[in-house]
Amino acid sequence: RQFYQRARRRKKLIGNFQNDLYDQCLQFYGQPPLENISLTEFETFAVERLKLLKTVENVGVSCGKSSEQYTKKLDAEISSLNFPHRGGISEYEKRRKDHISHFILRLAYCQTEDLRRWFIQQEMDLFRYRFNCLHSKHKTDFLHKNNLKYETVSAEEKKNLKDKLIASSYGLSGTKVEEHDVYKVPFQDALDLVRTRKVYLLAGNAYIPHHEIVTIVLNDFRTRLSKALAMTARSLPAVQSDERLQPLLSHLSHAYVGQDYSIQKNIGKISLEQIDALSGKSFPLCMRHLHKALRENHHLRHGGRMQYGLFLKGIGLTLEQALQFWRSEFVKGKVDADKFDKAYAYSVRHMFGKEGKRTDYTPYSCMKVILSNPPSQGDYHGCPFRHSDPELLKQKLQNYKVSPSGINQILELVKGMHYQLACQKYFELTHNVEDAGFSLNHPNQYFTESQKLLNGGRDIKKEVDMSQRSQENPASVTHPSQANSKQAHEEMGDLDSFFQDE
Amino acid sequence: MPTSDYDPACLPDLLPLYYRRLFPFSQYYRWLSYGGVSKNYFQNREFSFTLKDDIYVRYQSFTTQNELEKEMQKMVPYKVDIGAVYSHRPSQHNVVKSGTFQALEKELVFDIDMTDYDDVRRCCSAADICSKCWTLMIIAIRILDRALREDFGFHHLLWVYSGRRGVHCWVCDDAARKLSVAARSAVAEYLSLVKGGEETLRKVVLSDPIHPFINHSLSVVERYFQQYAIVEQDILGSKESVDKVLALLLTTHIKKDLTIYYQDEKNPMKRWDRLCALVEHKKSSIKKGGQYFDKEIMLQYCYPRLDVNVSKGVNHLLKSPFSVHPKTGRISVPIDLKELNTFDPFEVPTISLICEELERPTADEAEEDDVKDKENEQEAGERRRIRDYKRTSLAKYVKVFDRFLEAMARSWKGEMLKKSGELETSFSVFLTFMSFTYT
Repeated sequence: RQFYQRARRRKKLIGNFQNDLYDQCLQFYGQPPLENISLTEFETFAVERLKLLKTVENVGVSCGKSSEQYTKKLDAEISSLNFPHRGGISEYEKRRKDHISHFILRLAYCQTEDLRRWFIQQEMDLFRYRFNCLHSKHKTDFLHKNNLKYETVSAEEKKNLKDKLIASSYGLSGTKVEEHDVYKVPFQDALDLVRTRKVYLLAGNAYIPHHEIVTIVLNDFRTRLSKALAMTARSLPAVQSDERLQPLLSHLSHAYVGQDYSIQKNIGKISLEQIDALSGKSFPLCMRHLHKALRENHHLRHGGRMQYGLFLKGIGLTLEQALQFWRSEFVKGKVDADKFDKAYAYSVRHMFGKEGKRTDYTPYSCMKVILSNPPSQGDYHGCPFRHSDPELLKQKLQNYKVSPSGINQILELVKGMHYQLACQKYFELTHNVEDAGFSLNHPNQYFTESQKLLNGGRDIKKEVDMSQRSQENPASVTHPSQANSKQAHEEMGDLDSFFQDE
Repeated sequence: MPTSDYDPACLPDLLPLYYRRLFPFSQYYRWLSYGGVSKNYFQNREFSFTLKDDIYVRYQSFTTQNELEKEMQKMVPYKVDIGAVYSHRPSQHNVVKSGTFQALEKELVFDIDMTDYDDVRRCCSAADICSKCWTLMIIAIRILDRALREDFGFHHLLWVYSGRRGVHCWVCDDAARKLSVAARSAVAEYLSLVKGGEETLRKVVLSDPIHPFINHSLSVVERYFQQYAIVEQDILGSKESVDKVLALLLTTHIKKDLTIYYQDEKNPMKRWDRLCALVEHKKSSIKKGGQYFDKEIMLQYCYPRLDVNVSKGVNHLLKSPFSVHPKTGRISVPIDLKELNTFDPFEVPTISLICEELERPTADEAEEDDVKDKENEQEAGERRRIRDYKRTSLAKYVKVFDRFLEAMARSWKGEMLKKSGELETSFSVFLTFMSFTYT
C-alpha cells in the first residue's frame, strides 16, 4: 500500500533517510521505497530488472552457478544494466534503482504460484551471487545491519568439535575454524545444508562455518520474500485499480524484453509451398506441432489460430497469403469456403490489422505462450515443453529423430522447469550445433536463427565463433551447415537478403 | 511356540474381542492428547479405518476416548491408520470452507520395509522375513535412533514392529510434530545413503571428507557385518553372489586379483579380508575414489533404506501402533530398544494368541471379580480391561508403551508449567530481586 502511493505525486524525497538506506550495496528489501517516481522510470526500472533476472536464469542453467563464465556474464549484465556492482563508491543511483525495481516486480510477479516461484528463484540466485561477491567483513556487516543474530560458537566448543566440523563442511580447514566464526542455528533454518549432509549436526543444531552462512541467509531471504509476495497479492486489487499501472504490470508479467516481431520484415519472401518443409526444419516445436495438427485435422481452435497465425505473420506471410493458407486448409475439413469467409477470414484480417502496436496482435513470445492460456482437450497451442506430458513429449521427439541422450537432456531441463532452454536444446539437437548462440525468448527468434544457421549467412561476430568451433569440431559443425546451405540456398532463393539487416 | 495358529478368517470374531477387552485405549488416548498442551489436539486428529471387504474410510475423528472406543468397537476396523492433526475436525472437513481445512502437525515418521532390501538379501524375498535378515532391522534401528537423538536432538521416539516385514519409527517431540514438509524431507535425505533403483548397480558412493554421521553409521554396520553378511547371508559364497559384490568394485585390477584369489580360497571370511586388504592398499595410491569400496559394500548391504515419501508428508497416514496385521495376525507392538538384541518378530503375539490367553481363567481372579464388580460399571470395565491385557502376552509391550509415555509426560509438565506458570517464574524473580534489594 505504501508504495502504491509512490505513483501519486505527494511527498518529496526524504534525503537523509534514503542515504542511510542505500549505504550498503546489498539489501534484504525489507522496507518498500517511499518516494515518487515518474511512470517512465517505473517502467524502465522494471524492464531492466526483468532483463537482469532473465539473464540470471539463463546463465545459471547454461553455465553452472559457481563457474567463471557465470561470474563473467553476470558481471557484464549487471554493469550494462546499471545495477549495483561490487560496492563502488558512487552507487547511490544504482542502489535506488535496485530497491525500487525489486518492489515493482513484486507487484507483477505475486499473482500466481508459477510467477512467484520464478521470481523468488531468480531473486535468490541474484542475491546469492551478490552476497558471495562481498568481502568477508562486509558480509559480517550485512548480517549485523539486518539483525540476523546467528549465534556464534564459543572458542572452546570450536576446539572440541574441530575435527567433526572439518569432516562435515566442504573447504573447511583447521585454520579457518580457528580464525573465523562458526555459527550455530537450529537445523530447521539450514535445510539445504542438512538435506545434502554438508553440515555438522549436534543436538538439533547445525554448525555453519562463516563461508557457508550465505545458505542460511538465503533461506531467510526466501522465507521473507515468500511471505511478502503473499501479502502483496492480497493488496494487489487496490494497485490494479490504478489505470496507469494496470497495463504496465500485466505487460511485465508476460514480459518479453526483446524484439517483438510486430513490424514485418521481408514480407512475402516465403511462399506457401515452403511452409511444410520449413515446419520441420526451422519452426520451434510448438509451431511444428500446430502446423501438423492443422494439416491433419484441417482445423485449429481459436488459441491455436492465434498463436500460429501471428507466428506466420511474423515470419513474413502477407495477408493474402495467410487467407489463402487458412482457407485452403479449413476447406479440406468441415468448413466450406463461404463459411470460412464469414467466420474465420475476419479474424485473420484482424491479426494483420493496421491499428498500430497492440500487444494482442504481436506474435506471442515464449513467456506468453508458456504462462497464459494453457491448452485443454482438443487444443494444440501452448508450449509442448510446458504443457505436454513428458511421456508424450518423449514420443514426439523420438518421432522427430532426436537422439535418446538428447531427449534425456531435454527432459531434465523440462523437469527443472526451464522450458525455453529445453526448446533451445531442441534447436541445438535438430540443427546439430553445440551451442545455439542465442538465448531463446520468442518463436520467431527461433525461426530467424534457424534460417540464419541453415543458410550459412552470418554476421562477423558469429563467423569468428563458427571458425573457432570448426577448429575444435570439424565434423559436426561445419559439415551440415555447408551441405544445408547449398540446399537452403536453392530453396530460399533471395531469403539471403532477409538476414542482411543484422 | 506362543503363536497359536492364526487364521485370517477368524478376524471377524477376534477383532471385536480385541477392541473390547485388549486394545490399550487409555494409554493410546493419553499419547495422542499429548498432555492437553494444545487445545483440540486429539479432536482434530485424523484416523483412517480399513473395514471388512477392504472398505477404506478416511477423515475419522473423535472427541473423547469414550467415543473412540465406541466407534472402534462398532466399526471393528481390520486396520487403523493415524494421520495428521488438522485445523478442524476431520469428520467435518466437507463443511469447512474450501482451502481452510489443512494438516497442521504430525509426528515425524519413518517406515523401514524389508522388501526394499530384496536386492541384497538372499535368505528371503518380498513379504517374507527370517531371523537372518531381521538383523537388517536391528541395524536400521540402531543407526536411525542414534542419529535422530544425537544429531537432530529428538528425545521421544517410539519404535514399532509393523507386524510383518518392517518397523516404524514415530518421533513425537513437539518440535518434530511441527516440522514442515521441506524439513521432513531434508531429515529423510540426510539419513539416506543408499540411492538408486534397479538400474543402479553401485548404490552407495563415498568421498572425502566422510561426514561424522556416516562414520557413526559405519561403526554400527561394522559390528554386525561379518556375522550377518559374510556368514549368514553368505554374500561371498556362491559365484552368483560374489559376482554381485565384485560388480560394485570399479577398479578392474582389484576385481581381477580377487577373481583369481577366489578360485583357490573358498572361505568367505578370508575372501572378505582379502578384499579389504586390497582396498586398503589402494588407499595409499594417489588416485581419487575407490578408497572406500569396502565401506561402500558394507553400507549397500546393510545400511537402512527408508522411503522418503512416507516421512515427507504432513498428512501421510501410517499404520497405528497396536493395530493388527490382517495377514499375519500379529499386533504392531512397540519395541523396547534396551532389549533390541533379543527382540524376536516371531515371538510377537498374534491376535488369536492373546484372545485365547484371555479366555484362560485363573483361580484368584475369579474371586476378585466378585468383589470388584459391585463398583461403578465404567471403572470396573476399565479395571477389567487393564487386568485383561495383563493376562496376555501383550502386557510386556504395553509396558514399553507406558514407559515411553512417562518420559513424554515429564516434558508435557514442563510445557504446561511454561504456559500457565509464567506467574510462578516471575514471582520467583521478584523474590530474588527483593532479596537482593534488602541485603
